[in-house]
Amino acid sequence: MVKATRFRRQSSLPGFGLTLGISLMWLTLIVLIPLSALFVKTMELTPAQFLDIILSARTFNALKLSFGLSLAAAVTSLVMGLIVVWALVRYRFPGRRLFDAIVDIPFALPTAVAGISLTALFAPTGWLGAPLAGMGIKVAFTPLGIFVAMVFIGFPFVVRTVEPVLADLECELEEVAVSLGANRWQVIARVIFPTLLPAILTGFALAFARAVGEYGSVIFIAGNLPNISEIAPLLIVIRLAEFRYADAAAIAVAMLIVAFLVLFLINRLQRWAQFRAPEL
Amino acid sequence: MTTLPQAPPRPLARGAVASPLTEPRWIRLVIIGISIAFLSVFIVLPLVVVFAQALASGVPAYFAALADPEALLAIRLTLITAAISVSLNLVFGVIMAWAIAKFEFTGKTLLISLVDLPFSISPVIAGLVFVLLFGMQGFFGAWLVAHNIPILYALPGIVLATIFVTFPFVVRELVPLMTQQGTQEEEAAISLGASGLKTFWRVTLPNIKWGLLYGVLLCNARAMGEFGAVSVVSGQVRGETNTMPLLVEILYNDYQFVASFAVASLLAFLAVVTLVAKVVLERQLAEGQQSSDN
Repeated sequence: MVKATRFRRQSSLPGFGLTLGISLMWLTLIVLIPLSALFVKTMELTPAQFLDIILSARTFNALKLSFGLSLAAAVTSLVMGLIVVWALVRYRFPGRRLFDAIVDIPFALPTAVAGISLTALFAPTGWLGAPLAGMGIKVAFTPLGIFVAMVFIGFPFVVRTVEPVLADLECELEEVAVSLGANRWQVIARVIFPTLLPAILTGFALAFARAVGEYGSVIFIAGNLPNISEIAPLLIVIRLAEFRYADAAAIAVAMLIVAFLVLFLINRLQRWAQFRAPEL
Repeated sequence: MTTLPQAPPRPLARGAVASPLTEPRWIRLVIIGISIAFLSVFIVLPLVVVFAQALASGVPAYFAALADPEALLAIRLTLITAAISVSLNLVFGVIMAWAIAKFEFTGKTLLISLVDLPFSISPVIAGLVFVLLFGMQGFFGAWLVAHNIPILYALPGIVLATIFVTFPFVVRELVPLMTQQGTQEEEAAISLGASGLKTFWRVTLPNIKWGLLYGVLLCNARAMGEFGAVSVVSGQVRGETNTMPLLVEILYNDYQFVASFAVASLLAFLAVVTLVAKVVLERQLAEGQQSSDN
């Protein structure tokens, strides 16, 4: 009892032990045991073997492609997301609410469906692919196609994380800044942007993480040429089909490590941004 | 003063005496123009393409593709998979939300991040972990084969992978809602002699019903549309372990584009229904929040 009170704050509601117990069991069975299998499998490799797999040309190129394009796509998602969120929150125009709902399409559309439709759209004969091909730009079946798919699935994260913060922004602060002689640009750069920065970083991190792991919407448009347009998740699938389980696990662990390192970095940046944001 | 008045939802318009509080008209027009163009071309067009391609050979071909036995089997498997995984995630999601939202305990933050973990893991890795556990060379592979228990390349594997990727949806929707609602109403019911279960049914559930429905809706959309994780564990045994998204891929790689887009159009239709329901539910949730605030 003494231990229990130290473990949790007293509450008159029943069911704490039971529901927490069931929660932990469910979490362990579905998430923790399967994920630990990944690390146990990788432990079977010596560090040298692990590095051999990761640094082999094809794997290394796939990882480089996945992370490089995800970063570029997340930056693009960020820019487009901020433009769209500004229009949706700050301006009034016909169909605004409809366009606001439309932002969620990439969340709702199954990835395989998004994959084949983006491919059809950007293929050299597609509605967008044909005019682009006329300008000499090839999108489908090139790394550019992967980038396009990653922006498609990443962009809503930026809008949805920044939108509530921008909508809640106190306008008094802007009025004060203006009354103190700030011009519009200074207000945006010194007042609005620092307040939005934590949300912007969260949106960026989510878009990036999603792009790194994305499979369904990318593989159809990618072309999937080893070393050129082959993403890391696809290489995992290929290694599994070859029954090279340890290779697949090693690539997965490398992906998780790099992804969590990047997310950790963004998290540090976020703390710094929160610390710097003006008190509201 | 212009045809494009600035945003009224915040006090901006109310006190808009000085132009420094908004951008010049031409900048506003450019930003709105870019947004509409980007959303229309980049987000809406892919949805339109699905239906256009599905109907490219006419309506009879479209329905013939959907009535194909293989398509019907895939639809059946998708519905079964979603039914099992969504109901399990519903039950356990509510239980987890009760533990997390209604009590304060050490390690709560850690538990929340662990619950969210499946969202930040690639679907392919989600499938991979189950192959490592149950595959032929996996940790339990030999034992399962010896006892003739099929998990991988069969329904249980598909369901497990689907549960994994949809794990956070229900909890995630419920925890903020239930935390915000606090424990006072439940405490009152308990002190009046209601049992824990009765308190949940009569007090908690009516308060969270819209949020719960919202979470289930998103969970279901993902469960029916999941591709990467299911693709890895299904083995793609034709006519046996193909869900709708997997059939879309198989038909596409077979160059049966009309059939592929026809099956895809059903999933796209599901996405549209989900979005509409989401807008409606969000309105309900906002109203519920307002009435509880008053």
